[in-house]
Amino acid sequence: MIIATNVSKQFGKLKVLDNLSVTCNQGECIALIGPNGSGKTTFIKAILGMVICNSGFITFNGKNIKNNWQYREQIGYMPQIGRYPDNMSIGQLLTMMKDIRSGNENGTDEELFYAFGLDKILDKRMRTLSGGTRQKVSAVLAFLFNPQVIILDEPTAGLDPVAAEILKAKIIKEKENGKLILITSHILSELDDLVTQIIYIQDGKLCFQQSVDALQKTTGQIRLSKVIATIMTQNLLVP
Amino acid sequence: MKYVIIDILRNKIVLAYTIFLLLLSFMLFGLEDNTTKGLLGLLNILLIIVPMICIVFSTIYIYNSAEFIELLVSQPLTRSRIWLSLFAGMAFSLSLAFLIGAGIPLLIFVPDITGITMLFTGLLLSIIFIAIALLASVKTRDKAKGIGVAILLWLYFSLLFDGIVLFLLFQFADYPMEKPMILISTLNPIDLGRILILLKMDIAALLGYTGAVFQQFFGTLWGQATSFIILLLWTLIPLWISVRRFNHKDL
Repeated sequence: MIIATNVSKQFGKLKVLDNLSVTCNQGECIALIGPNGSGKTTFIKAILGMVICNSGFITFNGKNIKNNWQYREQIGYMPQIGRYPDNMSIGQLLTMMKDIRSGNENGTDEELFYAFGLDKILDKRMRTLSGGTRQKVSAVLAFLFNPQVIILDEPTAGLDPVAAEILKAKIIKEKENGKLILITSHILSELDDLVTQIIYIQDGKLCFQQSVDALQKTTGQIRLSKVIATIMTQNLLVP
Repeated sequence: MKYVIIDILRNKIVLAYTIFLLLLSFMLFGLEDNTTKGLLGLLNILLIIVPMICIVFSTIYIYNSAEFIELLVSQPLTRSRIWLSLFAGMAFSLSLAFLIGAGIPLLIFVPDITGITMLFTGLLLSIIFIAIALLASVKTRDKAKGIGVAILLWLYFSLLFDGIVLFLLFQFADYPMEKPMILISTLNPIDLGRILILLKMDIAALLGYTGAVFQQFFGTLWGQATSFIILLLWTLIPLWISVRRFNHKDL
């Protein structure tokens, strides 16, 4: 569904993405992991067309995303830090997003919106919201338009445990609906029951892309954090 | 765009700007018994204040909505559309502020061609400086640097440029500079606006021979049309460059 071929991106002298090639298919839940500054967010932004790569290309459903914008109809994105116009209320923000995506044919999915109880605070201005509530708004927006692809950048950072559980349940549900889900997270333990595949990026290079089952077999560990730790320590980097 | 307007109109600074302009114009017209004097005072203030407020406010607004722009870019919208909506939203709200703040007193005290020219020039200047602010903010990533660049640009257009022109005039005092001066004045929208308004007033006679040449050029319909077109170009060119830049920008 999303195929990145030899994607490279430089910010000045710093090579953030270095010949990265990955393939993401429908129905998978893929975790993008790697140390801080390894290029995870940049890669996500490249998929969204927010960062324009220096070389290589990314295709979405077989179409190059360069100079194309319609494909974003099929993507729901939850940014790492969601910031919205200060003077807008939650209700206005939602109306605005619905306005922007009025061409959307998948219908809307307001499950998270009610699960997070945002319907009770519709009139609150974005400025007055706490970081966690903003994250909730971002999450709601990512799922709102029933997109084929959902990209979550550090989704549970700042969410309270209840909200994080709601979000996790939602992610699993959408995965079973055959959607492609891309997650970045540092908290490996919470990815345990979610992900089916792992993409490990380091210094902008792809270390490996493997399914969780295969990784569990090669390392003999069950928990994701252990799996990764074993790979890191024993240098089992499978190409 | 609708939402940019809502957001800006809610902003207290725009409200303060409107009230400030309103108070200022009423004060100037009230203090002077002669409306021409009031008009001159207002002219000088408008030519300094309006560009400054527009350029600084727009630059800060763009930087403050950086995350919002990011959000929009991740949505199915073209980048040009996002950028142009931002421009249109800011242009609309700041023009509205100007229309209410300066337009009402102008139309009350000088409801003739001079007042209307002044109104138009003020509006165009607002829009021009928003476009320049967009250009300044798309080119620099750093907020402080961007605002600095915006203020420098304003300083250049309202003070330094005149200084340079004066310097040139003295250097070339032995040559006939009137015709080239017309050309030079088109290089600065503030100067162009000032000339346009001054020529509508009787003060133009005080400008001497240069004034006569200006009158000859800008006084004609053709000259005025040209200068309005040049002012429009001052909007469109920075805007166009900034759209192109924004299309290739990493967010």
